[in-house]
This record gives sequence, structure tokens and C-alpha cells, in this order.
Amino acid sequence: MNIDLRHIHKRFGAVKANEDISLSLKNGRIVGVLGENGAGKSTLMKILAGYQQPDTGQIVVDGHEVVFHSPLEAIAHGVGMLQQDPLDVGSFTVAENFTYGLPGGVTLSRRAAAVQLRQITARFGFDLDPDLPVSDLSIGQRQQAEIVRLLALGVKTLILDEPTTGISAEQKTLLFDALKSLAQTDGMSVLLVSHKLEDVIALCDEVVVLRAGRVVGAAEMPMSAEALVELMFGQGLTTRTHEPIPLGSSVVAVDNLHIRAKRVSVRDFSLHMRAGEVVGLAGLDGSGQELILRACAGLIKPSGGSVSIGGRDMTGKSYRDYIAAGIAFGAAGRTEEGLIAGLTLTEHIALTSTHGALIDWGGAAALTATQLEQYNVRGVPTSPIENLSGGNQQRLLMALMPQNAVLMALEQPTRGLDVDSARWIWTQLLARRAQGTAILFTSPDLDELVTYSDRIVVCFAGRHCEVPTWGGITLDSLGHLIGGQF
Amino acid sequence: MTKVFVRFGLGIAPILISLAITALIIILVGAEPGAVFQSVLEGAFRSTNAVGGVINFWIPLVLVCMGLIVTFTAGLWNIGAEGQMVMGAIAASFIARSLGESLPNAVLIPLEIVAAMLGGGAWAALAGFLKMRLGINEIFGGVALNALANLFTVHLIAGPWQPPEGGSAQSTAPFADAALYPRLSPEYPFSLTALIIAVVVIVLIVLALRGTRWGLQLKATGKNAKSALLLGVPTTQSVMSAFIVCGVLAGIAGSYRVLLTYGSLRPFASGGIGFLALLVVLVASTRAVWAAAIAFVFAVILGGSTRLRVALQLDQSLAGVLQGLLVLCVLLADGLRQRLGLGEERADG
Repeated sequence: MNIDLRHIHKRFGAVKANEDISLSLKNGRIVGVLGENGAGKSTLMKILAGYQQPDTGQIVVDGHEVVFHSPLEAIAHGVGMLQQDPLDVGSFTVAENFTYGLPGGVTLSRRAAAVQLRQITARFGFDLDPDLPVSDLSIGQRQQAEIVRLLALGVKTLILDEPTTGISAEQKTLLFDALKSLAQTDGMSVLLVSHKLEDVIALCDEVVVLRAGRVVGAAEMPMSAEALVELMFGQGLTTRTHEPIPLGSSVVAVDNLHIRAKRVSVRDFSLHMRAGEVVGLAGLDGSGQELILRACAGLIKPSGGSVSIGGRDMTGKSYRDYIAAGIAFGAAGRTEEGLIAGLTLTEHIALTSTHGALIDWGGAAALTATQLEQYNVRGVPTSPIENLSGGNQQRLLMALMPQNAVLMALEQPTRGLDVDSARWIWTQLLARRAQGTAILFTSPDLDELVTYSDRIVVCFAGRHCEVPTWGGITLDSLGHLIGGQF
Repeated sequence: MTKVFVRFGLGIAPILISLAITALIIILVGAEPGAVFQSVLEGAFRSTNAVGGVINFWIPLVLVCMGLIVTFTAGLWNIGAEGQMVMGAIAASFIARSLGESLPNAVLIPLEIVAAMLGGGAWAALAGFLKMRLGINEIFGGVALNALANLFTVHLIAGPWQPPEGGSAQSTAPFADAALYPRLSPEYPFSLTALIIAVVVIVLIVLALRGTRWGLQLKATGKNAKSALLLGVPTTQSVMSAFIVCGVLAGIAGSYRVLLTYGSLRPFASGGIGFLALLVVLVASTRAVWAAAIAFVFAVILGGSTRLRVALQLDQSLAGVLQGLLVLCVLLADGLRQRLGLGEERADG
């Protein structure tokens, strides 16, 4: 199946998301679409997958011009997209999710569907229990289930939007093997949208680079990371290093924490942090680091042990008490657990950063303008936050966090961000650290963990192991620890 | 330019379509649409008494609408407004019965209003408690509490608050004159005090929702309670306060029904206003002034249709048909608007 995108234009109000984009996708090829946040990658993929209509331009499939009015039509033509957040039904089981969209008559052939499900998952070595509800799966497994579902629907062109965000290294290997097999053996075409250079280098046959809505370069692989970066940013990356700072007094004391959850239990976790310290929590998806982080922020009540923030015993207290004690928490899901869709930027600032029973909208607007400038958020204060790109949303979230927090607990602070945006976020975080804020964060990115943490705590199946970083640590040894080889 | 035209069209169309369908139904039952519409309008404004009747219906309706706007802003479907009206009515009736003979009107009215606020507020707080502490959806809780409130009314009328004619009566004995909302005049049989209260409430609600932290927190909680909590909003308190405010307003509305419209307590004294208000707020979204206007239109239609049987041998329920059609058409137009990508017209503000 050969797909041509010709002269695609798409604008959202004043923003030109895609400007005159032309792209060719041939049988059996894996094409990487690279670009920083806001470059237009997601928009282009949504157009190809039928979620959006281009303003002008054509989509040509095997020589015929087609128009996709909906994702269903796209799938009927064999084009399917795996979104960053898979479109599954949480309360359905894996088998039910697989079955409900399959074409067929009035009656449901569960047995035939179950057989098909088993065949496809076995082929790729995915470990999916068909009777488990989807809400119990990790993101990586949900992705696998979604891929299986799309394959069963007869998809011949698979688009993946930032698929390696939030999945473990093991799952990434499985995914990439599956994609290679699909391309080489089945002749499928694969479009990989990513800002992660190492993924594109590992997987793709050719690469297309988008910047500010246009195609700025296309090349056959292999290419070096430096060459790719130059294509993406027009200049080489500068690696900035920061120096260790003198740490203050103890501000966080977690002792013998026990947390019981559905799929993993954290046993006997202790951590003491001092003002200005940055501690990274590492581990495979579902190893317990997310639970630890949320317990430190007061969102989860541990079943045993104690948590003390700023010298005060906070065990068993409510989240609002934790906020009063100086916690700032940032969730991974920006729009599910952080920003409020439907509210404008000014309303967010008024909600979190102004005080008083009556809202001074003039003052809030002025404060918003200041904050937007300081945090480099590109957006209109009176428009709702859904209109912001992911990077700008993350920056806004930073602006909403209290300035002088005792502890910042952050879930994947640079999730889904490009290199520049990520580095900007860390500049902010390091600035806060210099003012005495302790920072505790989780990240699946080993580079990030090693670059920014003073210490890393590796979690595996509820156990943990602490590793200092200033003495020098290799990514390799860290990888082994994360794999459970304590 | 086309977009503006389409937007306007989608705004007017529901009204025109519902009128057209109603006209069609009228023709199908053998009457003449023009005559019917004229009769309704005339009926509503035929005399000062009739106008008074329209206002008497509008006052409790708009009070409950304001309350529901508060709960809708908080993301709640407060079906229980009907029961909250009834409990407010019962509380006001209690004061009217026990103190109606012994205190002057100027003292009784404030007491009754406060009692009604407490009654409606407490009933709403109960619905809130069921939701926040026990996880019972406010629709189920509301329906159950509505039924309880009406059962309670029937029990009171058949038992402790029996009128002289016995327990099979339809209502309590009429309340003493001093306990009732004073009518403005014989020609204008509505309470000026209550009208002023209603207008003040409208203004307060508009100001509170737009200009106070409480209003913004309600809005945040209604749109994404999880995020609101993480951003520091006291979501449980927000939701409870929304329930209570609505209950208080519904209670006052209930008191008006028994202390002016009926002059005694009877089952279903709320007259379905709790549900009608839901329809109004569905049409008006969270825009308070629109809700007040649409409530007035509904009051006119209902007031004018009481004479349909007499004038044209048509059933009064025709008014309900028109109202229902209007809501349906507005919601459909809304859906069409979203499909055409014309954006969130019915946003708050």
C-alpha cells in the first residue's frame, strides 16, 4: 500500500499547523517523522488517520485520491493510528476491547475473536491476559492490545504517535521487533512520530523532519544523532552541566513506608531528603516508584510507615494538609490531572495564584501576562488551555506550582516534550532547587535521571536500591539495576 | 459572514421548529394554530390577575433555576431540587401553623423564609452527603429523596397536620392570613417582597459565579474535579456548598408555593417546578439572565394555557408539549453546532 500526502495545509485559527507538507510512504518501509513540540507532527498524523480534515491538499492511496471523513473510513482503507493514549475502554477486558470493533453481523463470535487475539499476540510475544480489564494494564501493554486490535481490523499502514513515551525498555524492544516484522514480513508501512532520536535511529529506514509546520529535511537512514539534530534544530545541541550545590537541612523523612496496591506492593521504603536535593525514582513501569511519589505528595495513604515534610509528621493527613506543608505535585497526565479543560489560562492563574474571596480579574490578567512571559508559555490568556501544545501546557503547569515549595514531587516532568522544552523545564527546576526546594521525580528516561539527579533510587517489584550519581555511574549499570539485578 | 448567519440561525431555529411542530399537532387535533397561540398570549396577559399568576409562577421557577445553575456549574445533576422545594415548603408550613395566629406578618415572613432555607438546605446537604461520602450518584439520591419528601407531606396531611375535615383531605387547613406572603394589591396578586428577593438572587448568583473565588472553584470542580483537587481547590467543600445553596433557594421557592400560591400545604406543592427548572437550565446553560428570561417565557406559556380548555376545548398539556419540544430542539441545535465545529457556544459566562 503506497500513500502520498500532497501539499497538505491545515491551520487552527492563527496557527499554521501544517504548511504545504508532502510525504510519501511506501510498502514495507518504516518512516520516522521527527520534530520538536509544536512542529506539526501530530496534526499531520491525525489528518492521515482521519481524525481531522486538511484545509487543502490530497491524500492519495495506491494512486486513488481519497478523503477520510472519519477514523473509521481511514481504517476501512487500511490506515490506522496508535495514539499516545490508546483509545480503549478501561472497564472492558482485553478480549472485549479486541472484539467490540470487529466487523461482523448481529451475533458476536467470541471464540473466533479469542483465537485471532491469541494468534496475533503470540506472533509478537506480547504478554496479554485476555481476561484482564484494560485499566489494569500498563501503558505499554495497552499499546500492544491496541496494535493487535488494529491489525485484526486489516490495517496496512500503521501510524504511531510517540509510542515509546511511558513504556519500559523491554516493552520498547518488543514493540520495535513487532514493527520490523510487520514491515519486512507483511510489507506494512509504518509511520513513527517521535522526538526521540535514539528510537528513530534504531528503527527507521528513512526520516522526515518537520519544523514549524513545514518539512525541512528528508533523508535515508542511517544518520548520526548529530546530523539528525542539525536537521531538527538547525544547530548542534549544547550539553549543559550544572554543579552540585551545598544541601540544606533535612526536609523530607520517609520511614519504613508500606504501600499496598493492585499489582505491586512497596515494602519498607525509606528516604531522607535535604533542601536542594534532587532525587530521581527509576524503574520499569509498575515497579512502585509512582506509588512512592504519590505517597510522598500525600495523594496515597500508606498502609504502614511514616512521612514527614518540613519536620511535620504528615502520616495519614489529607492532600490539602500536604499542600499547606509545602508540597507541589505534578502528575504525568497534564490534562487529566493538572490542567482543567474548559478553563482559560487566566482562570487557572486566578485559581492557584491569587487570593481573596473576590477575584480581581484585572490583577489576575496582569499576573497571567507576567507568568506567561516568565515561563515562556505561548498562548492567549483568554483562550482555554486545550488550545495549548503539550510543551506549553507543561510550562503553564510549572507557572501554577507554588514558588517556594518544600518538596516538588513530579511524575515524568518532561513527558512528551522535545529536547529544548525538556531542558527548559529542568532549568526552572534547578533554579528552584537553588532556592532550597527538594525535588523528587520519576522518569523512564535514563539520560534524564543520570543528568539531573543527585541520587537515584531504583525500584523493582516493590524493592528498591539507592545509587548516588555524582561519583559517576554508567547508563549500562543503571539499566541492569532497573532490570532487577540489585 | 456565513458563520455569523449560521450561528444566528442555529439560535433561532429551535424556537421556530418547536413552534412549527406544535402548530402541526394543533392542526392534527382539529384546531387552528393561530387561534391557539393568540389564546395563550391573551390568556397570560388578559388581566392584571393573569399577569400576577404568571409572576407567581415565575418567582419560584427562577429561584430554583438559579440554584440549579450553581449545581450545574459544579458538575452536578441536582434532580433533587423538587424534593428540596417540598422540604422548604414543609418547614415554612411548620412556622405558619405554629406561629401563624400569634405573630405579626412582618415577623412571620422572615421566620418562614429562614425555616424554608434551613429545610431545603438540609435536604440538599443530605443529597450531598450521600454523594460525597457514600458515593451515591446525585440523580439516584435526588429521586429517592424527592419521593421521601412527598411521602412525608402526605403523612403530615393525613396525620399530625390534619385539617378539621379529617385525614382524607387534600391539604392542610388554610394558613392564617398573617402567615402568608402579602399580595401587592387585589389587582396584582403577587408578593412584591418575593419578587424583589428573586431579582436580588439573580444578581447575586451572576456576581457570585463570575466574581468570587467560590464561583471559580465551583467551575473548576465541575469541569475536572481531579485536576481541581490537585490545584488546591477544596472540591468536597465546593460540591457540598453548591448543594446547600441550591437547596436554600429551592426551599424559598417551596415556601412561596405554600404561602402564596396555595395558602396551605398539599402534596406536590412544588408543582413540578423543580423539573421544569432543569429544562430551563438545560436550554440556558449556565447563563443566569437567559435562564430568567426563558423561565418567564415558560411561565407565560403555562399561565396562558390554563384557558385553552375553556376557550378552545384543548388540553392544557399542550403547553407542556411546546416546552418539551423547545428543549429538545435546543439540545439538537446544540449538537448540530458542535458537529459543525462552531465551538462551545453554550459555554459559561
